[in-house]
Amino acid sequence: MGWFKRSKENISPDSIKRDIPDGQWVKCTKCDEIIHIKQLEMNRWVCYKCNFHFRIGSKEYFSFLFDEGTFKETNRKMRSVDMLKFVDTKKYIDRINSTIKQTNLYDAIRTGAGKIGGIKVSIACMDFKFIGGSMGSVVGEKIARAAKVSLDEKIPFIIISQSGGARMMEAAFSLMQLAKTSAYLARLAEAKIPYISILTDPTTGGTTASYAMLGDVIMAEPDALIGFAGPRVIRETIGKDLPAGFQRSEFQQEHGFVDFVVNRKELREKLILVLEYLS
Amino acid sequence: MAANILDFEKPIVELENKIAEMKKGVYNHDISKELAQFEEKVTQIKKNIYSNLTRWQKVQLARHPERPYTLDYIYTLTKDFVELHGDRHYRDDKAIIGGFAKIDEYKVMIIGTQKGRDTKSNLYRNFGMANPEGYRKALRLMKLAEKFNKPVVTLIDTPGAYPGIEAEQNGQAEAIARNIFEMSRLRVPIIVVIIGEGASGGALGIGVGDRILMLENTWYSVISPESCSSILWRSWEYKEQAAEALKLTAPDLLEFGIIDKIIPEPFGGAHKDHNAMAEILKGQLKIELADLIKVKPDKLVQSRLEKFDKMGIFEE
Repeated sequence: MGWFKRSKENISPDSIKRDIPDGQWVKCTKCDEIIHIKQLEMNRWVCYKCNFHFRIGSKEYFSFLFDEGTFKETNRKMRSVDMLKFVDTKKYIDRINSTIKQTNLYDAIRTGAGKIGGIKVSIACMDFKFIGGSMGSVVGEKIARAAKVSLDEKIPFIIISQSGGARMMEAAFSLMQLAKTSAYLARLAEAKIPYISILTDPTTGGTTASYAMLGDVIMAEPDALIGFAGPRVIRETIGKDLPAGFQRSEFQQEHGFVDFVVNRKELREKLILVLEYLS
Repeated sequence: MAANILDFEKPIVELENKIAEMKKGVYNHDISKELAQFEEKVTQIKKNIYSNLTRWQKVQLARHPERPYTLDYIYTLTKDFVELHGDRHYRDDKAIIGGFAKIDEYKVMIIGTQKGRDTKSNLYRNFGMANPEGYRKALRLMKLAEKFNKPVVTLIDTPGAYPGIEAEQNGQAEAIARNIFEMSRLRVPIIVVIIGEGASGGALGIGVGDRILMLENTWYSVISPESCSSILWRSWEYKEQAAEALKLTAPDLLEFGIIDKIIPEPFGGAHKDHNAMAEILKGQLKIELADLIKVKPDKLVQSRLEKFDKMGIFEE
């Protein structure tokens, strides 16, 4: 696309980070309120003052979604293989190893089964902090296996998405995970097994263009970035800033691509209700 | 022609020009021996260059502005094409073309992304970058093919799905996801051919099938080398390295088991001889069609799932 000169004058810098900082007290990214970490946790990592949803990972979601003591993780140690011997500014294999050390996760997704409001479900939850929640072979395979548990046991399937998209370092293999995961979801659909997709900040790229958008019911946390192309790419293509609220959860609901936006504090209750309707 | 010479083709063109000049000149001695030597040299150089192309050079060939596009194939290798427009919801996307066509005795639904050849036609075709309505049109046609039991052939040549405001508002991600989902269970054969660029979700949106074929000088990956460079190196300058790292050529993907077959191109690339290229592709399509129409729908869908299920490398 080198034919046109792009104007970058109208483009403002990328948006703020929203991960939970270390320490006992944290400052809300949005309203600057100082909150104790325990208080934040009790409020499911939502600012009690301005409702800002801090980005949390699979550990936190599993902690408040499941009936106590019912969740069992599966395939925890499955990890990536550097098939392509991929090197950018860093070797992929080093990137994987250091990220595993840093995050205590083996890849950008964790799966398992447990009970939510007494209903047994199979679940997959992504973690943005593992290489941007990127989808490679491991994410695809773990979703496929978790979907298969749903099929075999005839129990609902849930995916919580939090991902920048397909993982570049596994190139075409990553792309094929869109097909692999969607093919399994098609099987669930044929068997009339419910699939619920929960979108959190951010859900973009190949993740959105596959399982994230295929739920029988799709719910999203407030103000999460949800889209196909990232805002930076779109800004650079059209050479302008994007309208306020563009690609946010509320925007997606307004345009018909999300069933409803749900506050994290009500996520579990809403999920149980939907599960009851779909059973 | 001169405008469309790629950097690595320059030595060839220079020699060929020299030979042409020699042929035009008037000499008082016989130059046929010298000419023969030069021609021999050109052949040698060509062989050398085209059999040692780097991955980036193949990306350049895949984007060659004189390469045959979807409509060129439709007009040369099929007959009685009936183009079908629109997604029945919003409008007709000019970046994706589709309709019924005959490949000799086979009646098929043929669908492909379409680039333009000059500025005007490129704007009309949106540079081969589809919007949601394009993917929805493609899906409508595939469901039509399923209903009337016709195999589907898709031809892919796209720099990606269009990243625009309207595309997002209209659900680019949902449209691609829906296509991938539905294609994975479509009850008629699907043959997918990468004829140029196969960029990411924009390609896969019409790219799930029973046979995935790639022309010799094409690329298929999760991202273009330029965008990969921009994200991982934070600069547009590393596209050559990115192309190497992504291993995006036909031989790479064949080795990984992601595609089924490489379709050879005429010497020097598909753009050197459109008719020969179309003949080769037609032959391959007929081989695959003959094979796939014998398979029962249940088996077809089951094997398709197993095919994609196998893609991925991990350890436990």
